Amino acid sequence: MKRTVFRNRWLPYALVAPQIVITLVFFYWPALDSVRLSLYRASPFGDRLIFVGWGNFARLFADAAYLRSALTSVVFAFLVTLIGLVLALVLAALANARIRGLAVYRSLLLWPYGIAPAIAGILWLFIFHPSYGVLPYVLSFATTYQFNWFLKGWVAMTLLVVAAVWKQFGYNLAFYLAGLQAIEASVLEAASVDGAGPVRRFLAITFPLLSPVTFFLFTLNMTFAFFETFGLVHSVTQGGPGDATSLLVYKAWKDGFENLQLGVSAAQSVVLMAVVIGLTALQFRYAEKKVTY
Amino acid sequence: MARVLERAAGVTVARARGRRDRSGLVAHAILLGSVVVLAFPLYYALVISTQTVGEATSLPPRLLPSTAMLDNYVQAWQRAQMGRLLFNSAVVALAIAVGKIVISMLSAFAIVYFDFRGKQLVFWMIFVTLMLPVPVRIVSTFEVMTRLGWVNTYWALTVPLMASATGTFLFRQFYRTIPDSLAEAAQLDGAGPLRFLWSILLPLSTANIAALFVILFVYGWNEYLWPLMVTTTVEMRTAVVGVESLVPRGGSQLAEWNVIMAAAIMVLLPPVAVIVLMQRWFVKGLIESEK
Amino acid sequence: MRSCTPRSLLAASLLGAALVAALPGPAVARTEILWWHALQATLGERVGEIASKFNASQAEYEVKAIFKGSYPETLNAAIAAYRAKQAPHIVQVYEVGTQTMLSSGAILPVFQLMKDHNVAIDWNDLIGPVKTYYSSGGNLYSMAFNSSTPILYYNKDLFKKAGLPDKPPVTWDEVEAMAKKLVAGGAKCGYSSAWPSWVIMETMHAYHDQPFADHANGFDGLATTLKINGPFGVKMLELLQRGAKEGWFTYNGRLNKAEANMGGGECGIFTTSSAYIGNLTKTAEGKFAWGTAPLPHMAGFPRGNSIIGGATLWVMKGAKPEEAKGVAQFFKYLASTENQAWWATVTGYLPLTQAAVKAMEASGVYTKNPHLKTAVAQMNAAKTTPNSQGLRLGNYGSIRDAIEEQMENVFAGKKTAKQGLDDTVAKSGDILKEFAALYK
Repeated sequence: MKRTVFRNRWLPYALVAPQIVITLVFFYWPALDSVRLSLYRASPFGDRLIFVGWGNFARLFADAAYLRSALTSVVFAFLVTLIGLVLALVLAALANARIRGLAVYRSLLLWPYGIAPAIAGILWLFIFHPSYGVLPYVLSFATTYQFNWFLKGWVAMTLLVVAAVWKQFGYNLAFYLAGLQAIEASVLEAASVDGAGPVRRFLAITFPLLSPVTFFLFTLNMTFAFFETFGLVHSVTQGGPGDATSLLVYKAWKDGFENLQLGVSAAQSVVLMAVVIGLTALQFRYAEKKVTY
Repeated sequence: MARVLERAAGVTVARARGRRDRSGLVAHAILLGSVVVLAFPLYYALVISTQTVGEATSLPPRLLPSTAMLDNYVQAWQRAQMGRLLFNSAVVALAIAVGKIVISMLSAFAIVYFDFRGKQLVFWMIFVTLMLPVPVRIVSTFEVMTRLGWVNTYWALTVPLMASATGTFLFRQFYRTIPDSLAEAAQLDGAGPLRFLWSILLPLSTANIAALFVILFVYGWNEYLWPLMVTTTVEMRTAVVGVESLVPRGGSQLAEWNVIMAAAIMVLLPPVAVIVLMQRWFVKGLIESEK
Repeated sequence: MRSCTPRSLLAASLLGAALVAALPGPAVARTEILWWHALQATLGERVGEIASKFNASQAEYEVKAIFKGSYPETLNAAIAAYRAKQAPHIVQVYEVGTQTMLSSGAILPVFQLMKDHNVAIDWNDLIGPVKTYYSSGGNLYSMAFNSSTPILYYNKDLFKKAGLPDKPPVTWDEVEAMAKKLVAGGAKCGYSSAWPSWVIMETMHAYHDQPFADHANGFDGLATTLKINGPFGVKMLELLQRGAKEGWFTYNGRLNKAEANMGGGECGIFTTSSAYIGNLTKTAEGKFAWGTAPLPHMAGFPRGNSIIGGATLWVMKGAKPEEAKGVAQFFKYLASTENQAWWATVTGYLPLTQAAVKAMEASGVYTKNPHLKTAVAQMNAAKTTPNSQGLRLGNYGSIRDAIEEQMENVFAGKKTAKQGLDDTVAKSGDILKEFAALYK
């Protein structure tokens, strides 16, 4: 369809100018500068620079601490995403019925979206507190194992995963509910007439039909876990105990702003950029293909 | 044959109806259970914020509210300078929401309703920003802020976050669904493009704007890494970062959890309230941003 | 009521202006001095107090103490401000940042400042480790402010429960023996420590006159390699590795996270900064009795001295002459015996001069709170050797990370002490060489 356009020479430029200017100054300039800095070793005051080319990257990938951080981030992201999606999907499937008040439930489930990850972390930090948290207290009736997240890396990781999943849960659930409600009942009825049991129906029909939603939520949760959980780590564990919860985002910030190793931090930022590009490319490539009929 | 089918259909319908009744109960139970579990941390935080330190740190945990509420909230207010922090967050969240909406509307309008040299380039430039989240720009951002002299200013907290792709794409998507006839009619009437934008597109966009507002307000309020980097004084900190300063690092200081929870509650209420009050638009916004 | 005519308004304002002009006011505006610091809560209040006291004691200068966040945040803020040509006059930097500041070219050394403005401070009266840590070639570069050193704490109640006499351990062998008894007596943790690298590696090497890094721990040129994988370092870590395995040593995390365990009454023997006294007094009040003692010594090694932690005040370049003069006057005020004694008493940090120590003794502070004397006594009991002057390490933050990473591996039994220390030396060598390369 031919679109009507306005004929005006300078107006469109004026209209996009604010966005372009801000984008150039605050997105491209720092991003390119990060790339530039990643090729240097810099002094804390920034007054001395030594060109090292790939040196920072080589050192990163040879550094056990960095590789551990990468693994931690990947594990964290997958845990948050998979647990979040499975939980939301199962509950949405069980709750998918023609009931009144779905909108009310939705608003009662979506509000954690408004809580910053850092705040969610603080709330759960207290619940997990080894000395007076309600969770270790309840667990102490079942086992004598010390669930001390100050000391045990996996407990600290669990704390962060729980806080992140909790925050995202309503969001995931809402999307799955919407997706399920959009599936025509007739398709499922036909299947049940054919003799398929509920589980079979779910696996063979519902789940594939939900794949766009699943895919969307998958990339969303992964991106969230990789790039928006800095506040969570900074306010709760500060990467600890040791570096058990040192996510890539946190480590990049710490090396730059606490240890004042600007070049190394910039290199870590560049690696993160590559991850984002990968995730975004994946999203668009896959979303292009028709996922279902 | 028809009779068999009829009977089968009837059985299916009956079975379905029965299933629906039972599954209705199950659905309510599941959803109610989810609501309760989801709300528990918030409820618990609220309860703690009404207790004294002794009560908050004693075992077994007390799950019922106590009487120290006013005291705790006053303490949190004073110690963390909550008034200032909340003000900062409000300024930031509103500025970002409004700024982003205005800027993306204008850009989307230009992209959809004009043909100009470099349009493709502009489009891709905006698109690429999706791949440049904050963590990718951290060290150099501080550099840039220093060069501009913007460290510790509201400018640093708001302007850099006012341009990104999501709003632009949302409006672009929306404008493309608007019938061409409207634009044609406007042109025939002799109305200029800005007039068209103001009198016709804008009123049509209110739903989208409301939806975006909710999402952007929450986003602006809850930003953490950016404010942490570009502000270094307590006066310019935002609320979310400020609460964190009440939580003692290391273990040597006794954490006053009741005060910390009071502060956390004060900080999370505004964005949650915005979501709850504007939830219809919020849901619309979520769905729109999926596309 | 008569309405406000323009004439009556004019009359009123003229009268008002005349009244204001007649009021006594400052003849000359005070020169403002900006002081960025990282002390929160009570300590932050004390900082404000001393600034106010200085301001009240004279009429030329006004020191404004501004809290900028944690130590790393304050340092970052100072660097950014300096690069934007808006540096504060005084900035408080933690010991981790010492080499960074020294190499930066952005500071005015304190001894130079004092010389320029003819302000005399008796440098020789400074307590040994305090003076040497921040001096180069015998000259003080930054003003010691809030210094502390590690000491030993012990839980008297747990000692009693384990059947141990109220006598703290003096040697590491005694630490082991007592810790074992403490655990047998029901203590959750026999011995633990906060600041793992600072106490167990850095301080212990100095305390036993062992070199920590080359180039005289960085005092003689930029350090390029650590020396902690020698016999002492290995023996120290092997002891604690065994302790972790046998259960009498509990590793409770980096930074000062372990202080929560001591404060919670879990640990029988504990080592951490002397600055912890204030917090422990509050936390343990009514819960358990505790005492302090000098650090334990390992048999078979010589004696050195403990080193300083905490922060100092650095003067940033670019101050105008009157402002620099004000800074000099402020430092002189801080260094006075009376103010030293006051600061040390209310904060628990070390007094910097022997004169201040004597004043505190005379005024009975140490009788009332004997714990405050432990650290001073510990430092005065030994002579400061070249190996115990302190540490100047570039990228110190990353070095500590590297050390603690391997310490954790050793304590968890994943590596032998020798292997862990060798790996530490290898990794930190890269970090140090990097820094040195920048300043060749």
